[in-house]
Amino acid sequence: MKKLLILGAGTAGTMMANKMRKQLARDEWDITIVDQYKTHYYQPGFLFIPFGMYTKNDVIKPKSDFFPVGVNVIYSKIDKIVADKNQVLLDEGVVLQYDYMIIATGTRTAPEEVDGLKGNLWYKDIFDFYTIEGAVALAKYFKTWQGGELVINIAELPYKCPVAPLEFAFFADAFFTERGMRDKVNITYVTPLPGAFTKPRATKMLGELLEQKNINIIPDFNIMEVNNEEKKIIDYGGKEIPFDCLVSIPTNMGDDMIERSGLGDDMNFVLTDKFTLRQKDHENIFVLGDAANIPTSKAGSVAHFAAEILEENLMCAIEGRPLTAKFDGHANCYIETGYGKGTLIDFNYDTEPLPGSFPFPGLGPFGLLKVTRTNHYGKLMFRWIYWHILLKGKEMPIDSEMQMAGKKL
Amino acid sequence: MDKLIAGVNVSVNEEGYMTDSSQWTKEVAAAIAAEEGIELTDKHYELIEFVRNKVANGETLTIRGIGKSGVVSAKEFYGLFPGAPLKKATKISGVPKPTSCI
Ligand SMILES: Cc1cc2nc3c(=O)[nH]c(=O)nc-3n(C[C@H](O)[C@H](O)[C@H](O)COP(=O)(O)OP(=O)(O)OC[C@H]3O[C@@H](n4cnc5c(N)ncnc54)[C@H](O)[C@@H]3O)c2cc1C
Repeated sequence: MKKLLILGAGTAGTMMANKMRKQLARDEWDITIVDQYKTHYYQPGFLFIPFGMYTKNDVIKPKSDFFPVGVNVIYSKIDKIVADKNQVLLDEGVVLQYDYMIIATGTRTAPEEVDGLKGNLWYKDIFDFYTIEGAVALAKYFKTWQGGELVINIAELPYKCPVAPLEFAFFADAFFTERGMRDKVNITYVTPLPGAFTKPRATKMLGELLEQKNINIIPDFNIMEVNNEEKKIIDYGGKEIPFDCLVSIPTNMGDDMIERSGLGDDMNFVLTDKFTLRQKDHENIFVLGDAANIPTSKAGSVAHFAAEILEENLMCAIEGRPLTAKFDGHANCYIETGYGKGTLIDFNYDTEPLPGSFPFPGLGPFGLLKVTRTNHYGKLMFRWIYWHILLKGKEMPIDSEMQMAGKKL
Repeated sequence: MDKLIAGVNVSVNEEGYMTDSSQWTKEVAAAIAAEEGIELTDKHYELIEFVRNKVANGETLTIRGIGKSGVVSAKEFYGLFPGAPLKKATKISGVPKPTSCI
């Protein structure tokens, strides 16, 4: 029997288990998937928790609900990949052998990377919402918060779901307005980027939205430390910003296991060819999702588009053919803007987010770079699609390759 | 387009970044630095060499990477190139402006 090994059973790993079980004959191929946890979190739902729109129960399901029949599942922490021997070491000494492997171990938040971030005020006046623990703690805090300086800070690039901190700011504006205390809350968005987003048109549109909603933006801020005593954040250039409540997007890093295995960059993201999705130094290792160092957004939608490319290329590799599929970096992100409305961006390695309609040219129903009610429903629908279609690796009526039709240059 | 820097014609883009890294010399670097209000010291040149080597090897530049380079700490890096250190350091090193990707 030949062996396909999948590391990580999050969005990307689960999709690939479903896709590859359909592709590979059961009497020829063993498929094994490994993860340290039994619970699958719908991470996009974390954004809604601090504002009481979702609770923990809305975002969790057992991972086992999503694995196809005929896949071996191991719940264990992965200790190290020994790529030269085609081996993976698990905690407790188990050794797994593979012919082909997919790394899908995602990214984790690393608050310890910024001095003082995980200090006295951690989960007292300083929170993250990229973990279930942080999102739940912040929901509790906001219930009784009297207002003051609300500072949202992105520690470092890259971070997953690059629009989530903006959505958080928009939601906070609506939340405190609806509670009749917006005049007591000053919201400041502090980012290492030169503006609200990376690309010109999206930056302009989202920057204007921040302004309309009376949210201050402080760009080019690279945080050096959090001063817990004086409640302020300080950047390398010496700029200081006081806070009463700090919502941090801590440094995002790949798993430490990648560093131990010598397969990553200085943030533990796996060195990956951005077109073929193959690991840079090993022909039988492929990488999908947030774990890869490819220059596109770290998002579930990206993992979904890339999964189709990976499926094709993995089959090429297994059958000894040249890799024919080429990933274009396609990303598609719904952005909540508050008050039951949202916007949408669609882009890839080469093309910045442009205005227009999606997915059907001229018809929509979704509007690109426009604030509409339908876009908000798109985001809410995404949770259903995620659980029922995306994780199971089923086809969606959206091309994996980005389309120019329907867009205005 | 071409620009006369330190007495030589150097090709640059609209933002003033050199488009042909091989045209770089210490004199050109000093002239670009002066436009940015920076006087280059030995420490600057040491860092410039690190930056040029990184880029020549096809590696991406980050503040974190420079902080771990052994040449300077992240804080010292800000001291050498105040304000926007990565943008200024790359411009003076004659390599492309790093693109932030999120
Ligand atoms: C607040 C927030 C909002 C978001 N909103 C959106 C959105 O609107 N749209 C969108 O498309 N995306 C969104 N995302 C991003 C999306 O959730 C991720 O990009 C996606 O889940 C990545 O999938 P993945 O499989 O690469 O990683 P994950 O789903 O994180 O899975 C990685 C898995 O690997 C396991 N693992 C890691 N290391 C080890 C180890 N050493 N041993 C064993 N197991 C290990 C982990 O336990 C985990 O189960 C959001 C994320 C957050 C945090």
